[in-house]
Amino acid sequence: MTEASVIGLLEATVSFGALLYLAALGEMIAEKAGILNLGVEGMMAMGAVTGFVVALHTGNPWVALAGAVAAGAAVALLHGLFTVVMGADQVVSGLSLTILGIGLAAYLGKGSVGRPAGAELSSVDWGPLSDIPWFGPVLFQQSPFVYLAVVAGVVAWFVLGRTRLGLALRAAGESASTADAAGHSVAGLRLGAVAMGGALAGAAGAYLTLSLTPQWAEGIVAGRGWIAVALVIFGAWRPGRVALGSLLFGMTLALKTRLQTFGVDFSPILLSMLPYLLTVGVLVAISIRARNRPSPAPAALGIAYRREER
Amino acid sequence: MNETDSTSCSPTNSTAHRPPAVELSGIWKRFPGVVANAGAHLTVLTGTVHAVLGENGAGKSTLMNVLAGVYRPDEGEVRIDGTARHFRSPADALAAGVGMVHQEFRLVPSFTVAENVVLGAVDRIVRRQSIESAVGDLAERFGLATDPVRPVWQLSMGERQRVEILKALWRDARILILDEPTAVLTPGEADELGGVLRRMADDGRTVVFISHKLHEVTGFCDEATVLRGGETVAASLPVDGTDASTLAGLMVGSAPMANERPPPCVVGEPMLEVEALSCLGDRGLPALHEVDLTVYSGEIVGIAGVAGNGQRELAQAIAGLRPTTGGSVRLGRTDLTTSTPRQRFTAGLGYIPEDRIGVGLAPRLSVTDNAILRTYTSHRKGPFLDAGAATNHCQHLVDRFGVRTGPLDEPIAGLSGGNLQRLLVGRELSDHPQVVVAAQPTRGLDVQGVKAIQDLLVAERGAGVAVLLISEDLDELLMLADRLLVMHDGRVVAEFDPESARRHTIGEAMVGHASTGVVT
Repeated sequence: MTEASVIGLLEATVSFGALLYLAALGEMIAEKAGILNLGVEGMMAMGAVTGFVVALHTGNPWVALAGAVAAGAAVALLHGLFTVVMGADQVVSGLSLTILGIGLAAYLGKGSVGRPAGAELSSVDWGPLSDIPWFGPVLFQQSPFVYLAVVAGVVAWFVLGRTRLGLALRAAGESASTADAAGHSVAGLRLGAVAMGGALAGAAGAYLTLSLTPQWAEGIVAGRGWIAVALVIFGAWRPGRVALGSLLFGMTLALKTRLQTFGVDFSPILLSMLPYLLTVGVLVAISIRARNRPSPAPAALGIAYRREER
Repeated sequence: MNETDSTSCSPTNSTAHRPPAVELSGIWKRFPGVVANAGAHLTVLTGTVHAVLGENGAGKSTLMNVLAGVYRPDEGEVRIDGTARHFRSPADALAAGVGMVHQEFRLVPSFTVAENVVLGAVDRIVRRQSIESAVGDLAERFGLATDPVRPVWQLSMGERQRVEILKALWRDARILILDEPTAVLTPGEADELGGVLRRMADDGRTVVFISHKLHEVTGFCDEATVLRGGETVAASLPVDGTDASTLAGLMVGSAPMANERPPPCVVGEPMLEVEALSCLGDRGLPALHEVDLTVYSGEIVGIAGVAGNGQRELAQAIAGLRPTTGGSVRLGRTDLTTSTPRQRFTAGLGYIPEDRIGVGLAPRLSVTDNAILRTYTSHRKGPFLDAGAATNHCQHLVDRFGVRTGPLDEPIAGLSGGNLQRLLVGRELSDHPQVVVAAQPTRGLDVQGVKAIQDLLVAERGAGVAVLLISEDLDELLMLADRLLVMHDGRVVAEFDPESARRHTIGEAMVGHASTGVVT
């Protein structure tokens, strides 16, 4: 095991961690407002294809990122329309969104398969910081998406925990009737949170096609949207813990292709099960703890809100 | 939040020259099939604690919801401090200074006390420490002991109620409505609340307090208004000059008996024997205190009482749906104290639950499925359900009990209340029970439906069944019951002979003045 391969592993851990974190953070925001969106995989696929196609046409990676964010938010609002406005079942609508997103992305990306990327977001150069041994390559030679994920995490932590908007949004996810009685628009908060979630999932998708593997292929998201959904539970709906979980799960993704390099004889297929096994473990731990205190899950998660009338 | 010193005037004296804080006049509010308010009126002076009294269904809550902007009245006028108001929402009412503490608290359990209090009105950036100290100060000023830092899920019901009151005060409600606030409190907490309300009135605020409990009304209210059947029967009585039995009499009225009492039956052996039965309520507080009662074959024993005094828990404990903390239940010679609901049913106990839909019937299942819900094991072919036999059984029930229904394989959700109840009562009676516990069996039914259910119960009695009838309709109990027990605060406090008892005396026992009742 060489020093270079360890640094490579850590570098990949951070990049994969950021990829997962962008998507998981978006999902967490939607769930905090009470809307479960199982369409992350589909939203990421839409973000990935939109980013790639826009980059092909414009050659500008930032315009491509904006397009991916808009595409993710638009698909998410479809889920919002069904679940928030029409009160449809969130699981059914979310699963449909995954299928729709993957299918639509495959269709839209048909002509782009195998083509070189029109634009890439290459690594940020932090000057002297990038040259620090170990820390330089792992933290300061990363794609702009990594820093975007960090900024998004800090902003989400602040807004959710320290502002009126965050208080209202969490109230909508814990007890919609209470938020309503306090004069907040439950539908507005929930739609906004779902759109924000879609935007971040779209950005995560663009990370794939504009930076990580700058090309489009069908199935490029490869189940990482589902890991993001699991991460929200693993991180107990808290931005900091979700970030730690993202690094942990990111490491399992990074290890998958490197096991042989390290001379470890362990099936990469079993390794990719690890995030889900850990999540199940956390779920069990939560329900054991729930005997004497409430679950960390938003209490109104998955429940449509209709104002009561006698 | 800012309070000027000028508001701390003494309550009743200095208010004569200014308009009343609340004036409701000619309020009508109709719901499908029910007139909840029929020209009710209410006047509350600024700086007083005003009690609104009445039996269940007298229209108290509806009237208060009109005042708080939850309902819009069909007719009538709402004046706040002399100005006519048309509230479209609770937010409108709050903007005019009217806040309401509902019976079901609107709190976020995972939030802290401070977060809950400020949820509706707080700066864009929430500074934890500053809201916590502001809420702490507010709580201290009104003697509402709370810890602003604690999450609400850790609090007792009494503490949660204080948080609700703080929410209204935080929004600067000058008129505070409390809907049966003491229903969830222990007696000590209720006294404490009285002190808080007094302090708020002394602060120049106005409190409207809904209650059934006469000692609270006389204890810390200035005036009382009594509602009955959606109308105001006595407005703004000064509490000092009115004795409790007058108020009790006004609440229950003196309507003459509407129907003839069916002739009594031959009373046989004791069938249902309940001894020293105790249990806890939904909130974990004792709801039944060593209740003793016996129902003999061929009689109807009525249980009267204001809602929330243990009747519901009594029915559930007998049916086996609520764990007991002491005492026993016997049916004939069988001890049922630890039996499952199915064992009780098999032993001959029929149960007509208060919640027709949900506990009694499953709304999305078909008429047939609901009809055989208790007896599906007897309609089978090997391991499978015998659909033909089930349908026959259902058709038999529908015919015998006059249930008007569509196709039997359609969900029951479309049936009217009366037909649902006929189906439910029919199901419970069809297996020839020896004891029937009927909780509010005629509530919400139309005249025909009421008559049909009452006739069925009387017929059961004629067949030698022991019937325990729990009802909030005193007229119904006086007409059907052979003996009438009154429950108050989880105890049977009095027994009456319905033929000779005076409504007035029963009313006093219902609100806790049992001195005049014949205690068994």
